[in-house]
Amino acid sequence: ASNIPNGTGSDPDLGNAPLPPPLTCSVFVQMVQDPTQFDVLVMPNLYGDILSDLCAGLIGGLGVTPSGNIGANGVAIFESVHGTAPDIAGLDLANPTALLLSGVMMLRHMGLHQYAAKIQTACFDTIKEKKVLTKDLGGNSKCSEFTTEICRRVQDLA
Amino acid sequence: MAAALRGTALALAKGLGGARLHQLVSRPLSVSASLCGSEAPPARADSTFKVTMIPGDGVGPELMTAVKDVFKAGDIPVEFDEFYISEVQNRASDERLEKLLDSMKSNRVAIKGKIHSPMENKGELESFEMKLRRTLDLFANVVRVSSLPGYSTRHNNLDLVIIREQTEGEYSSLEHESVPGVIECLKIITREKSRRIAKFAFDYATKTGRSKVTAVHKANIMKLGDGLFLQSCAEVAELYPKIKHENIIIDNCCMQLVQNPYQFDVLVMPNLYGNIIDNLAAGLVGGAGVVPGESYSAEYAVFETGARHPFAQAVGRNIANPTAMLLSAANMLRHLNLEYHSQMVSEAVKKVIKQGKVRTRDLGGYSTTGDFVQAVVENLRHPPT
Repeated sequence: ASNIPNGTGSDPDLGNAPLPPPLTCSVFVQMVQDPTQFDVLVMPNLYGDILSDLCAGLIGGLGVTPSGNIGANGVAIFESVHGTAPDIAGLDLANPTALLLSGVMMLRHMGLHQYAAKIQTACFDTIKEKKVLTKDLGGNSKCSEFTTEICRRVQDLA
Repeated sequence: MAAALRGTALALAKGLGGARLHQLVSRPLSVSASLCGSEAPPARADSTFKVTMIPGDGVGPELMTAVKDVFKAGDIPVEFDEFYISEVQNRASDERLEKLLDSMKSNRVAIKGKIHSPMENKGELESFEMKLRRTLDLFANVVRVSSLPGYSTRHNNLDLVIIREQTEGEYSSLEHESVPGVIECLKIITREKSRRIAKFAFDYATKTGRSKVTAVHKANIMKLGDGLFLQSCAEVAELYPKIKHENIIIDNCCMQLVQNPYQFDVLVMPNLYGNIIDNLAAGLVGGAGVVPGESYSAEYAVFETGARHPFAQAVGRNIANPTAMLLSAANMLRHLNLEYHSQMVSEAVKKVIKQGKVRTRDLGGYSTTGDFVQAVVENLRHPPT
């Protein structure tokens, strides 16, 4: 418990004074209240399953959360962990962000960092600008339109 | 509310009937002792309730002091039988446990802080707290997660109930090293205990007018263990046609709780998931310092905080938030049928939080535990003169 780093968030009522260090030992209380105090977490299977879903919920859900499964000798499988969404399959409505960012993780794993950075920036900028978004992110665009926009940005960044 | 529960109602009646009736020696509330003279004190309750108190480790003792101070100021007819038990300080012998159990047998109701379970393996795999829970058969842990008026969080107006089975599951303390470097840890799920906790959850929902009970599990992976739990819940659900029954996988449940907690009402689950969800839900409304919790067996009721931590870093620094313990003490008073006193304490605490002037560090303020207790005391309906 004494190894938990100080929170660096700030309370609006107290101006910019840093928050005092967390007073409890539970990662679940802390993650919900101030996830910024954590960096890399390592844990056994069940806790990882639970905590990764919890954290996905904090950033927008499984539609935008990438993941990778790393084995020995560089063997790895990168995947999005959301469901198969049979109700919107084949309708050009799905949000490709999760799989795309998983692809970015894959590029990093392969050492292709520059390409990874470009695609990630393009993807984040598209989402940030909010003009071309899929339905689950609050927009009206199709999957192909969202993808085209990201491709355009990637080419602009080249 | 707890007194109305089927099964515990009978036990409560037994417990209260056993309480000794004292003529309470009233303490005159005048400013100076010399002024009271032979003035007759106002009428008092003619019985005191005896409650077992276990301060525990970490900030437990400080929080108990807060409870005692508030009770004293509110003239609440409760006397505490204190037991200083601690596993980490070697005060957890069998004799102490015996004495504690005797006290519990006569008082039936307890208020306690967290008895810290050390991480080192000193030979005994079962922690003292688990032993206590099993001996008293405190199978049901109830944490009512309610948003505090005046303290806003990302999700306001929350009102969830988390019911956790706390005598078996992953905390069965059955572990062995079958091969060096390979540990097997047994998770025990029984039909009997699963049915029991499910029945408790549905009874609770019925008595408190709740509409839905959701079972939390990981039966897609632990097909037999959590599968049995799920099946038991479904079987019990059939006896309560007016209450909706759903189930959700633990990882999805955590995600849903942080995105849209309003979809849940009463949640029931085995031991480990209960621990996780208790903490998560506490974080949603303000942290471990604000959520009360209680544990029930067929005969006993133990009142404590919802998210249980010894807060070792806060010991002696007068910074712990006594809200959770005070609200739990108020729940205890309701359980003892001291409804008036219960409301008095909980309203005073909620008023202080709502006013927002006196806040402990975990809620973003700089007040001490003492400041908070003082503010609560000032807000009680009969402030000491």
